[in-house]
Amino acid sequence: MAARKPVEEVDQVAIRFAGDSGDGMQLTGTKFTEATALVGNDLSTLPDFPAEIRAPAGTLAGVSAFQIHFASRDIRTPADHPDVLFAMNPAALRANVDDVRRGGMLIVNSDAFTPRNLKQAGYDDDPLPALQERFQVVEIQLSTLTRKAVESVGLRSREAERSKNFFALGLVCWLYNRPTEPTERWIESRFKKNETLREGNLRALQAGHAYGETTELFPVSFFVPRAKLEPGVYRNITGNQALAWGMIAASELMERPVFLGAYPITPASSVLHEVSRYRHFGVKTFQAEDEIAAVASAIGASYAGMLGATATSGPGFVLKQEALGLAVMVELPLVVLNVQRAGPSTGMPTKTEQADLLVTLYGRSSESPMPVLAPSTPGDCFYTMLEAFHLAVKYMTPVAVLSDGYLANAAEPWRIPDVETLSRHPIRFRTDAKGFAPYARDAETLARPWAIPGTPGLEHRIGGLESEELTGNVSYDPRNHDRMVRQRAEKVARIANDLPPVEVNGPDGGKLVVVGWGGTRGAIEAAVDEARRDGTSVSSIHLRYLNPLPADLRAALERFEHVLVPELNLGQLSRLLRAEYLLPVESLTKVEGQPFRVEEIRGRIEAIAAGGGSE
Amino acid sequence: MTAPAAKLTKKDFESDQDVRWCPGCGDYSILANMQRLMPELGIPREDVVFVSGIGCSSRFPYYMNTYGFHTIHGRAPSFATGIKTSRPELSVWVVTGDGDGLSIGGNHLLHTIRRNLDLQILLFNNRVYGLTKGQYSPTSRLDMVTPSTPTGSIDYPLDPIRFALGSGATFAARSIDNDARHLQQVLRRAYEHPGTAFVEILQNCPVYNDDEWIEVEDRKTKLEAALPIVDGEPLVFGPKGARRGIRIENGVPAVISLADDADAVAEGVAVHNERHESPAYAFALASLARPDFPIPVGVFRAVERPTYEGLLQEQVEVAIRQRGRGALHSLLTSGDTWTVEA
Repeated sequence: MAARKPVEEVDQVAIRFAGDSGDGMQLTGTKFTEATALVGNDLSTLPDFPAEIRAPAGTLAGVSAFQIHFASRDIRTPADHPDVLFAMNPAALRANVDDVRRGGMLIVNSDAFTPRNLKQAGYDDDPLPALQERFQVVEIQLSTLTRKAVESVGLRSREAERSKNFFALGLVCWLYNRPTEPTERWIESRFKKNETLREGNLRALQAGHAYGETTELFPVSFFVPRAKLEPGVYRNITGNQALAWGMIAASELMERPVFLGAYPITPASSVLHEVSRYRHFGVKTFQAEDEIAAVASAIGASYAGMLGATATSGPGFVLKQEALGLAVMVELPLVVLNVQRAGPSTGMPTKTEQADLLVTLYGRSSESPMPVLAPSTPGDCFYTMLEAFHLAVKYMTPVAVLSDGYLANAAEPWRIPDVETLSRHPIRFRTDAKGFAPYARDAETLARPWAIPGTPGLEHRIGGLESEELTGNVSYDPRNHDRMVRQRAEKVARIANDLPPVEVNGPDGGKLVVVGWGGTRGAIEAAVDEARRDGTSVSSIHLRYLNPLPADLRAALERFEHVLVPELNLGQLSRLLRAEYLLPVESLTKVEGQPFRVEEIRGRIEAIAAGGGSE
Repeated sequence: MTAPAAKLTKKDFESDQDVRWCPGCGDYSILANMQRLMPELGIPREDVVFVSGIGCSSRFPYYMNTYGFHTIHGRAPSFATGIKTSRPELSVWVVTGDGDGLSIGGNHLLHTIRRNLDLQILLFNNRVYGLTKGQYSPTSRLDMVTPSTPTGSIDYPLDPIRFALGSGATFAARSIDNDARHLQQVLRRAYEHPGTAFVEILQNCPVYNDDEWIEVEDRKTKLEAALPIVDGEPLVFGPKGARRGIRIENGVPAVISLADDADAVAEGVAVHNERHESPAYAFALASLARPDFPIPVGVFRAVERPTYEGLLQEQVEVAIRQRGRGALHSLLTSGDTWTVEA
């Protein structure tokens, strides 16, 4: 090998790959992420793609992007502003360039900058000369170079052109000193049956890497050293994968099979896909004819003694509400997962939002309380799912898990837990016929017994009609109804006894506390930690339990002068906190289908700290 | 496995709840026949689950001393799907009506039948909404005057048997609420069928649609109005002196007259066969309706096909055989991992 170019060490980088939805940007980003994970960096990703499978080529509507932020220190977000934008065409440039850090690098496929493509992206002239004032612009004839690299393999020109994402990946791997071997292994196995495509993609990848070393466009390459993470064995994980694995883990730890009834819906479908791969764990998955059948089948499975679960997103969640009301009424365990997306209605299916909190709490008819949990990071999705199943069974109640589109697809390094340290909760059904009553309640939890078909002597009937205390017989007695409504509410309220004390990030009292829930945790804590480093008095609390709220939350909030609640909705948690605690909560809202930027939260923190406050 | 217990009786299958259907409701007879049949089938009581939706018929589970689940409107087949898929060893019966099963729940009925889970689905067809006080249902006759159709219904009615056959039913049968012997026979056949057994039970609603099926319920008119269909037997009906048969030509059924001593088969009368692979014959038979034809009662179709829960269970077992029983640690550490040293 010839003398290598110099390598410059940096402590963090954010790269965004952007192209047409058919350009393979999600794949490129994912493979780069895997390589980066193996180097041992901390990382955070933000896949951002359109709902259309193949929007018209070259249009702004069809742009698909993948951002990865990686560092030699602990990081919490995919970064507000990428340092590098790899744009496969003018539309990808136009849709993303405003986000790039000033002075950052734009790598563009100059072959795609044809008059037609420029026009389609809405550019009258070539934008690159003007952009050179603000950015370091690197033009690469990506299509030409790729075609040349794979020329001898015998790919047709269109197929050759489609390998260009691997050329790009090879080049960026060189630029940031990431190994290409994991990707090579993946190509080998993915294209096992198609030698030409396998060879073509491998050569494109290698050619991209070699091009970095030989071209004069890049005088140096960069290296981000390994991050000092907590010791342990790590893997990369996305939120939806962690949710699926959480279901399987719950089944193992509770010693009952999972039954997942679901109907495909973005961005929840991959949970169904993932769980379906693990039939050898005894899990049963059922793709139902609709959202209602999905939840109904899961409730039926719970009734029969399985760990029933259903997974959906907002529009599907509302379709399930009547059946969830039944689950509340008959007091059967169930986990209902809602991977929230931008709405209402079909909204923006691939974009994130947190606006289903109130419909989850209050969306059913009558008094129909349901515990609600929200994971805050991709890895946390695993533990939240475990806990949801545990609470569902312990309290004999449906439990809602509110994830979101950002967590669903975002990846982070995840320290794999030692299975032995996870608490086991083997399920014990009621089998003793002596003194059995279907609605006799546990003194501590108020849970009714779980008595499943097949158990001699426990034959009984349950249903959506109001049940008489103890017997479960149909009852229209006014006092009985009043008692049952209150018992169902009290049962859910008592879950608060199981919750850990509120954790405060930072001092547990002072000028300002930022309260969040769900996938905004990374951005909130990054903003709070930065502000505190710069001398601002600010702490944060992140809520995993939205119903019931932790018993000590009021006291924790009252130790601060100001409470700020940033949310990706129009203020749903802040409304809840005001109603519960009569506190003057301030709200920071955003509904763009995108996660918070750290700077957005930071700005509001500083405004409050400076004496301002409400908008 | 439960030890062989003393033989149960009808009483063992009666719950302690007062039955609250209207006096004269056809549901009473269906309930009694089910309670009578259950001990005959010899299934342990604890292995029986009745699942229902909403409507008069859907109160059925409350009165059976078995496991029972009264769910939400139209979705009983979906709850039953979850139960049967989870626990294939249970005997799962769905009780529904023409409104619950064919209106709000039409989609679930369709998909449950086509998946061929080993369920018994009993659809009590009284051609009216009872519990909501008399509106027309998807099986009501055209022109029916009800509170919601004061000038007559303009909805063309749906035939439950043709719906089931169109959904790919492997078993479809029809019986009558007050014909104890026939009803028990059909219910037994439904139980014995390994797959979804769809049974339409013609049922009288004395309050909102009285005598809708009187022609086939009344002993005097039954011979004229009902066509008993029996596997291997020709399709003949009518009293002595007015015997008739059904001939099917080019898929189109027609009534022909038969002398009392005539050989029906030689005269071209169709011989009933439940086991045609094609549902076309059963569909033609199911299209027979009053007043031009008698109403066929009996088993229209009974063919065997693997069940959904059986195929799923097999996939689980094959996966375990091929990959070994899943272990959580191996799952969590599968694929690319890296170690951060202390």
